[in-house]
Amino acid sequence: MKKIFLIIQREYISRVKKRSFIVMTILGPLLMAATIIVPIYLATRTDEKKSVAVLDETGIFYEKFKDSDNITFHYLVSDIATAKANFSKSEDHALLYIPKTEVTLPTNAIVYSEKSVSINVTAYIRNVMTKQIEDLKLQARLTEIQTDKKDPVSVDDILRSIKTSVDINTMKIGENGEESKSYTEINMVLGMFTGILIYFFIFMFGAQVMRGVIEEKTSRIVEVIISSVKPFQLMMGKIIGIGLVGLTQFLLWVILTFGIVTVVTATITPGDTKKSATEQMIKQQKAINPAVSEAMSSQNDSEEGMDGVMEALNSVNFPVMIGAFIFFFLVGYLLYAALFAAIGGAVDSEADTQQFMFPITIPLILSIVMAQYIIRDPDGPVSFWFSIFPLTSPVIMMIRIPFGVPYMEVILSMVLLLLGFLGTTWLAGKIYRTGILMYGKKVSYKELWKWIRYK
Amino acid sequence: MDLFTARAVSKQYANHKALDKVSINVPDGHIFGLLGPNGAGKTTLIRIINQIIAPDEGELFFMGRKLEPNDISYIGYLPEERGLYKKMTVGEQTLYLAQLKGLSHQEAQKRLMFWFEKFEIKGWWNKKVEELSKGMQQKIQFLVTIIHEPKLLIFDEPFSGFDPINANLLKEEILALRQKGATIIFSTHNMASVEELCDDIALINRSKVVLSGAVRQIKKTYKTNTFDIRYNSFDGDLRTILPGSFQLISENQDIEHRQALVKLPAEATPNDLLNAILPSVTVYSVNEQIPNMNDIFIQAVTVQTPQPVTQD
Repeated sequence: MKKIFLIIQREYISRVKKRSFIVMTILGPLLMAATIIVPIYLATRTDEKKSVAVLDETGIFYEKFKDSDNITFHYLVSDIATAKANFSKSEDHALLYIPKTEVTLPTNAIVYSEKSVSINVTAYIRNVMTKQIEDLKLQARLTEIQTDKKDPVSVDDILRSIKTSVDINTMKIGENGEESKSYTEINMVLGMFTGILIYFFIFMFGAQVMRGVIEEKTSRIVEVIISSVKPFQLMMGKIIGIGLVGLTQFLLWVILTFGIVTVVTATITPGDTKKSATEQMIKQQKAINPAVSEAMSSQNDSEEGMDGVMEALNSVNFPVMIGAFIFFFLVGYLLYAALFAAIGGAVDSEADTQQFMFPITIPLILSIVMAQYIIRDPDGPVSFWFSIFPLTSPVIMMIRIPFGVPYMEVILSMVLLLLGFLGTTWLAGKIYRTGILMYGKKVSYKELWKWIRYK
Repeated sequence: MDLFTARAVSKQYANHKALDKVSINVPDGHIFGLLGPNGAGKTTLIRIINQIIAPDEGELFFMGRKLEPNDISYIGYLPEERGLYKKMTVGEQTLYLAQLKGLSHQEAQKRLMFWFEKFEIKGWWNKKVEELSKGMQQKIQFLVTIIHEPKLLIFDEPFSGFDPINANLLKEEILALRQKGATIIFSTHNMASVEELCDDIALINRSKVVLSGAVRQIKKTYKTNTFDIRYNSFDGDLRTILPGSFQLISENQDIEHRQALVKLPAEATPNDLLNAILPSVTVYSVNEQIPNMNDIFIQAVTVQTPQPVTQD
């Protein structure tokens, strides 16, 4: 155990000290921050006002959507079919449709648009709707409390009872009026983002494992080392060490990106974050009971930009999301890294890796290609099978999770991924063990199969 | 006593038998030469001793008991295919490799300092390996092999890549290690160094041990009772004065003397040869022809079925 720790230490330190690591660590967050900040900056700067037509069949959101610097709302009185038909002729950027509900308060809305609607817009709409519904619920609850003259109820209880989550579907309307789902919702973005992140992580650091193995083989140090440690220890030490390098880089990226974005957005969009307006309002309400309606109307601030996105983020189950991300991120990496190590062991130089890289990259690339389809139908059988199969599950499951996946499926996928990891590592260990001692031999698949069967 | 024993070790690769019931005994404190042509199975045997690969059959004994996984910390191995991490500094690298052999960081540092001073290479500590010449790298590799003071040292072609001066230095170092009680297995094609260094040998050819034992003993058995005589004052045919059972192998004339190689029958002694020729010639010298390891090697390898080896 002490020896594998030594190997991990060497792999880690020798890489973290490299200039390329330090450059990447600084450049990565700058790039990521730029991709977050630039759209926000442009959104706040743009002169073009986006107008949104609102078709509210429930009538409870009338005049609730307030115009801001770059979004204006106007209200339609018609039915959805004509509204849609007129939409393409109008100058409107988007059409917000809140369908009528019979008994309960509405909890879903559809946004139609020709181009993708920015997260800001959907987030703002969600925000206003949530607030309005919560207000209505709260009002009802308060009158109930007043008429019943019950014992005072705690603020937390009230807050919990009025908590609402609103579903907003975004649909694209094409030139000819055909509709398709678009992916501006935060869970889609989150799913795609984490999925792609895992994809890149596996590729980047898996390839580093492979290159490390080839380096040891071509520099001929490998036989010196495996006379001190078992080949399997050397392989695992390398995989774990490089995995830790990846984690370190990732954490530094997150921290630095977050830091840069916070600082820069604070300077671009001044204004403080309102901390749970509803909560404040209830406290006021308790103090001055009669002024209910006034307090209600006063709290309707227009929150936009990052605040809006942050609100939307609250709708995602983050503990599950983060837990799953770390799991699929790490185990997915471990599984693929073992395969990459086996390739590195089998070949003499990076130029020879092509034929073996192919079958490994296929499931990864397929995952990314399938992503569009998965997002359209996150609960369909194709999504299910791809998110269960160990070679595609790290990416696909991450895309599905923000949409909500039954725990049993997540656990099944995790167990299979773990088994897949053990299986590939065992297999890779056998190929690696034989391969690292073979020099100057063109290796075929038949040869690899022989190596696996050696005692 | 034998420090290391291999008993009937076999190793089969897919369609090629690398070792076929190979047995060797390496006496404690000796330098043991492991010889054989390319592809004979030497490296496979060495890897088995280092527990890099496992034998299919056979038993291995070390210090009088079965070889155990932990024994690798008592073994130092300098492979034929050897190298170092190019981007790492010499200091970090030697510390790392020494610790992998089970030394503590402190102990490794202390011993390395001693050797770096002895080899006068202290200035290399912070240099990257890629900045060193091949010979310098070889020195570092040698140093790392012996740093944990192993009981058994295995050198696979240690002299390749060394210039004569450094090769000599290495030779002295190897002899010094034996002096200190280490046992050395030494695999090479260089028969001159075998003659100089080895106490015992095993010759492996086509996966089998074809010859083994003490070098002196082997030479004795390979002697053919042939003598080299230098003589003068005789112009006739030497064959006319030699007894019929004696065989004249060759005859030469150099500037001062005539020289002849004569093979005697098994029961004859050099005295019989002298008795026969003294009346006719003036003898300047008589030397017994002792076969060198090179001849023995070639003879042992070619005598054995000289079919072409089909390599997989």
